[in-house]
Amino acid sequence: MNALALLHAAPTLPCAPFPRRLLSQQDWALLAAHLAAEPGLDLLAMWADPTHIHALFHDPDSADIIPVSTAVEVGLYPALSPARPAAAWFERMIRDLWGHTAADGTDQRPWLDHGHWPATPPLATRPLPNLAAPEPLEFLPFEGEGLHQIAVGPVHAGIIEPGHFRFTCNGETVVRLEIRLGYLHKGTLGLLRGKSPRAAARFAARLSGDSTVAHALAFAHAAEAACAVAAPPRAAHLRAVMAELERLANHLGDIGAIVNDASFPLLQARFAWHREAVLRTAHTCFGHRLMMDAIIPGGCACDLAETGPDAIALLLDTLQTELPGLIRLYDDTASLVDRMQGTGTLTPELAARFAAGGVIGRASARPFDARRIPGYAPYDRLDVTIPQFDHGDVDARVRVRLAELAETTRLLRLLLETLPQGPIALPLPMATAEGIGWSEGFRGDIWHWLRLEGGLITAAFLADPSWRQWPLLEAAIECNIVADFPLCNKSFNCSYSGVDL
Amino acid sequence: MAWRHIARTLLHGPATEPAPPPDASDIGALAARLKSAAFSRLGRSLSLRQVDSGSCNGCELEIQMLGGIVYDLERFGLRFVASPRHADVLLVTGPVTRTMHPALIRTWQATPDPKWVVALGDCAIDGGVFKGSYAISGGIDSALPVDLVIRGCPPTPAAILEGLCTLIEAHARSPLKSR
Repeated sequence: MNALALLHAAPTLPCAPFPRRLLSQQDWALLAAHLAAEPGLDLLAMWADPTHIHALFHDPDSADIIPVSTAVEVGLYPALSPARPAAAWFERMIRDLWGHTAADGTDQRPWLDHGHWPATPPLATRPLPNLAAPEPLEFLPFEGEGLHQIAVGPVHAGIIEPGHFRFTCNGETVVRLEIRLGYLHKGTLGLLRGKSPRAAARFAARLSGDSTVAHALAFAHAAEAACAVAAPPRAAHLRAVMAELERLANHLGDIGAIVNDASFPLLQARFAWHREAVLRTAHTCFGHRLMMDAIIPGGCACDLAETGPDAIALLLDTLQTELPGLIRLYDDTASLVDRMQGTGTLTPELAARFAAGGVIGRASARPFDARRIPGYAPYDRLDVTIPQFDHGDVDARVRVRLAELAETTRLLRLLLETLPQGPIALPLPMATAEGIGWSEGFRGDIWHWLRLEGGLITAAFLADPSWRQWPLLEAAIECNIVADFPLCNKSFNCSYSGVDL
Repeated sequence: MAWRHIARTLLHGPATEPAPPPDASDIGALAARLKSAAFSRLGRSLSLRQVDSGSCNGCELEIQMLGGIVYDLERFGLRFVASPRHADVLLVTGPVTRTMHPALIRTWQATPDPKWVVALGDCAIDGGVFKGSYAISGGIDSALPVDLVIRGCPPTPAAILEGLCTLIEAHARSPLKSR
């Protein structure tokens, strides 16, 4: 029996649209053992509730999405991290938030909990007052001749989010990077509890501000799946318009920021100018530059402004006129391309092991896209083209973004041409059910899980794609020089807030 | 082929939006106020240090836009610096998470006097939507004395410029005081 057979043989619990498998602890341990020998099965996310551990798998062969759970026994469950390294951060987060320990987990140090919370574990049924003084973070030990450490953060030099980077270096060369996050933990999962999906949507919209549309969309999908309703066709179309505008804005900003870190501000100036144009167009269309709170469970909070289609057409025309020249400038500037190529290389093997999504996955030969698999309206009728590169360096990640700009432009025009008429929102029934929702943000595939009782949320998890991407940055920077870290970091552009919850 | 892009800029002029007549828009009016206040009274420009003490990164996105060619913050004498030791103003976003609380206070202690604290965004004012969470201590005033708030979720770049210029004008009217 292999891992898949074990999952398919397990009894199921109702969870829409993917029934949740329930394994005994023995079977879960067996699953962990099988996973080590079967690298194909992707781990997408792990989370918990006060009594159970949950994991979300993706089978690339059948394109199945499989949620699976096991009961926690005396605070313990068998770890998945020895077989799936991406599970390590999830397991540390689960212990900090719910108090469940992964027996034989590869890393038992705290993750989100830096010792400052008033009661721990905060999402357990009965948290206990935390009376201990916070202890300094414990880092991985190192030994070797000529090694030194550089500590950066949590407050960084740029206008970015807080996190701690601990570089171990040999001269200029990075031997190891260890990332410690958790500084932005706002207790989002706790705030979701006891609220209706409509009231809770604004927390999902603020999990990571740059993906506010994508997270609000995944959250709405999860709530709608649980309540067994589908947003009206016009709402689905409007959501896609918002999501593609968000993708456009972020990719433009990212490409500019990356080339700026290679000291080429001319391109950055132009890309940032186009980004500003997208944000203003979003404001014209939906009344908010980032389109925050425009998507709600059941539909959309606002319709496209009357002047919206013309504004978007003008935006796309302007971008398409200038973009070829900007790409030529990138290609023709040897000193710039030299900084990009061969820098921060992520091998396809590692990207596959961590099931890296989005730009990072696509630049390292993993073209997964939640708009295609499992797919959702209206993309199921749009035939999205997904760019793929294999060389996995900063240059590849820039080129994926450039290719996606073109595809997003095409999708936006198509969406506006085929915008259906009709209502933009439906009321949600007061359900007692579970649902999983997903969306493809500019960073990659987002997965949300909700449990509702009498229409109110009793448990939830919001998985940002960065969970499976941050650890890969640690790998990609190895043997690069410290001065190239900003370049590598920008080309990944993982979310801090998104994983700090 | 960079010269082509540069030549185009020379021919068509900068993309930076011109400062309109003082009463025409917020930016224009504030630019004028800044000239009289910052340059004559303070006699120098203001250096800003941005600190994220728990934001969702929405505010950071809009602050980043200020440095672009459309808003061109530096023409107002305002610039972002990499260290709190070089800063006059701490521009703080987000609710204060309990985990960032000590780092925020250390950043403030590292900023030389006289210094001002601007709480940027609705979360920074009172915790915003995260009010009541176990993981936050509240708005920025739960950790630091706040001189000015800039509302919005997130505030637009124009609103941020307006707020920063208000700070300069307010302090130009009273003698500089150190904390």
